[in-house]
Amino acid sequence: MEYFLQQLINGLTLGAIYGLIAIGYTMVYGIIGMINFAHGEIYMLGAFISLIAYLAATTIGGGSVAVALMVALLATMLLTALWGWTVERVAYRPLRKAPRLAPLISAIGVSIVLQNFSQLAQGARVKPLPPVVRGGFTLMQSEDFAVNLSWLQIFIVMLTAVLMAVFTWVITRTSLGRAQRATEQDMKMASLLGINVDRIVSITFVMGAALAAVAGLMVTLYYGVIDFYIGFLAGIKAFTAAVLGGIGSLPGAMLGGLLIGLIEAFWSGYFSIEYKDVATFGILVMVLLFRPTGLLGRPEVEKI
Amino acid sequence: MARRAVIDAALAGLVAAALAFPMLGFRLVDSATGLSLATRFDLVLWAAGLVALGRLGLGLLRASTIGISLSLPALPNIRRPVGWVLAVAALALPLMPFADRNLMDKATLVLIYIMLGWGLNIVVGLAGLLDLGFVAFYAVGAYAYALLSQNFGLSFWVCLPLAGILAAGFGVALGFPVLRLRGDYLAIVTLGFGEIIRVILQNWQDVTGGPAGISGIERPSFFGLSFKASAPEGQQTFAEFFGLDYSTDHRVIFLYFLILILALLTNLFTLRIRRLPVGRAWEALREDEIACRSLGINPTLVKLSAFALGAMFAGFAGSFFATRQGFISPESFTFIESAVILAIVVLGGMGSQIGIVLAALLLVGLPEWFRDLAQYRMLAFGGAMVLIMLWKPSGLLSAREPTIRLGERA
Repeated sequence: MEYFLQQLINGLTLGAIYGLIAIGYTMVYGIIGMINFAHGEIYMLGAFISLIAYLAATTIGGGSVAVALMVALLATMLLTALWGWTVERVAYRPLRKAPRLAPLISAIGVSIVLQNFSQLAQGARVKPLPPVVRGGFTLMQSEDFAVNLSWLQIFIVMLTAVLMAVFTWVITRTSLGRAQRATEQDMKMASLLGINVDRIVSITFVMGAALAAVAGLMVTLYYGVIDFYIGFLAGIKAFTAAVLGGIGSLPGAMLGGLLIGLIEAFWSGYFSIEYKDVATFGILVMVLLFRPTGLLGRPEVEKI
Repeated sequence: MARRAVIDAALAGLVAAALAFPMLGFRLVDSATGLSLATRFDLVLWAAGLVALGRLGLGLLRASTIGISLSLPALPNIRRPVGWVLAVAALALPLMPFADRNLMDKATLVLIYIMLGWGLNIVVGLAGLLDLGFVAFYAVGAYAYALLSQNFGLSFWVCLPLAGILAAGFGVALGFPVLRLRGDYLAIVTLGFGEIIRVILQNWQDVTGGPAGISGIERPSFFGLSFKASAPEGQQTFAEFFGLDYSTDHRVIFLYFLILILALLTNLFTLRIRRLPVGRAWEALREDEIACRSLGINPTLVKLSAFALGAMFAGFAGSFFATRQGFISPESFTFIESAVILAIVVLGGMGSQIGIVLAALLLVGLPEWFRDLAQYRMLAFGGAMVLIMLWKPSGLLSAREPTIRLGERA
């Protein structure tokens, strides 16, 4: 029971991080129908930028961890969003009307470029950061096992919840969100009605990148080690999460992320750590077989 | 016009500076006392300056009335002869005076990718199925040969078809449940499958040797004549039989011809099968699945055949790879390989056989010459992928000819 609870907590934390990345995939897929392969790399850049920003903030600003974290969070969201915007502007926008595979190949190219750029700029070795936020409290204590809930885990889950709330509000209640939903439904019609579609797509990329940046910051704090290669696997898993939840659906992405996080935590806790990625993909295949639209996705009607 | 170009360039430079500021301006230094930052803002200025200059050049070029045409000349009718010329050139390559061992090795590598490209072309180019895990079948072929030869002592020539059949079997096993899915889901499932195969290879220590891989894989023989320095009792080596002085080059050249033949067989197969009903069905399915279904074509079965055949050729290429290297490990079968093969197919212009040769030369051959710049090689590779796509979104040679048309060509 204690062990179960601990895995549940770990899984939820991990799932929150995957969910934040998955939102970027699901929004971009919903709006322009492409798999943004470079999104995992954007998250990786977010992790690096957050580490640099945090270190810079502590060096300049002195001791306060909370202030340094806030500065790092804002700086990371801003700068990573700019990367996301640039990628869309340079590598995807010219291919909006190209054959379906062209943007995908372009995205894979961008992903290779960003990975190698980070390796060249920051070195290939892993970057360790000593724990910044320590402590927490013990939920339950048996003879040989204590269930710990750290402040950091609370912080991660709370921040994710807040971001999700803000995000849902933007999408469902603001004119920007309405324009986004309109563009998602019918790009041509939306542009006929005076929506600047290019701008909406750009904003979508910026939003996705900002959320991925937050995920990057969280991973840096949570695991304490990052390297230039983390984007790939996290990217695939987040995409899996997006598909699992139903691609194009925002709550679906979050739900998918949480599920993937839980599956991964329980699988490594009870079965084997080596095969945790196999478990994730196995579940994905099962979901696609029995519910191809994902858990919360709408069935797609094919029109001739 | 010029004024706009300058403003545009200045903005691009500013964006580049902001992008480079965190990633290039600071460097994470890991020392005994912990992680710290070093600054190097000169790099940021360089990056911003270069981007601004490049943008200015591009802007002025566009604004100028001269307008240069950046397109390949149309060559629909000379493609056949070009194919023959390339094939003859490839056959004659080892006889050329400049063909040293180094060149032959590189040519062999390029040919492996051409063969993989042609194999994947059946799946992506003809049948229109997006497969992001093609390398899994390549790995299946390689490990099938390595394990069969090490555990059962089977020769390369016996294993080659077995590896192909095994890979095709994996193709069917994977394809059967997932081919009902829409294109993008298929992409992610194949990607996942590729990763699963790699993870299993990495962790199933007892059979696959784990991350250390399998070494000392048996080399192929030429009708029973080995390419070693000396043959066991009662047998002859290749050099003895033909009365040549022993040289390691013989094997290199033999391997070159072997992969050349395998690749050409793949090509011939593709060209012929396009004229068979199943080949026609692939292309029809790619163009319009609903129309196909209403004409009584079973999409799952047709897709499955494309998937299995593509996998089979990957299996052949895989066992060739194993026998050539003599050593395989999961390292060789990462996602990046799948991406490279897919890039070759798409950059070549989907469905174009010669386009694939061109793209393989460009993406695999060219970077091989710059091995010394290893660090920048992959950066340039990714950049080239993006640039070629921006320049020619439907591939280098993309004029897609219908394989059949009603009536005579006008």
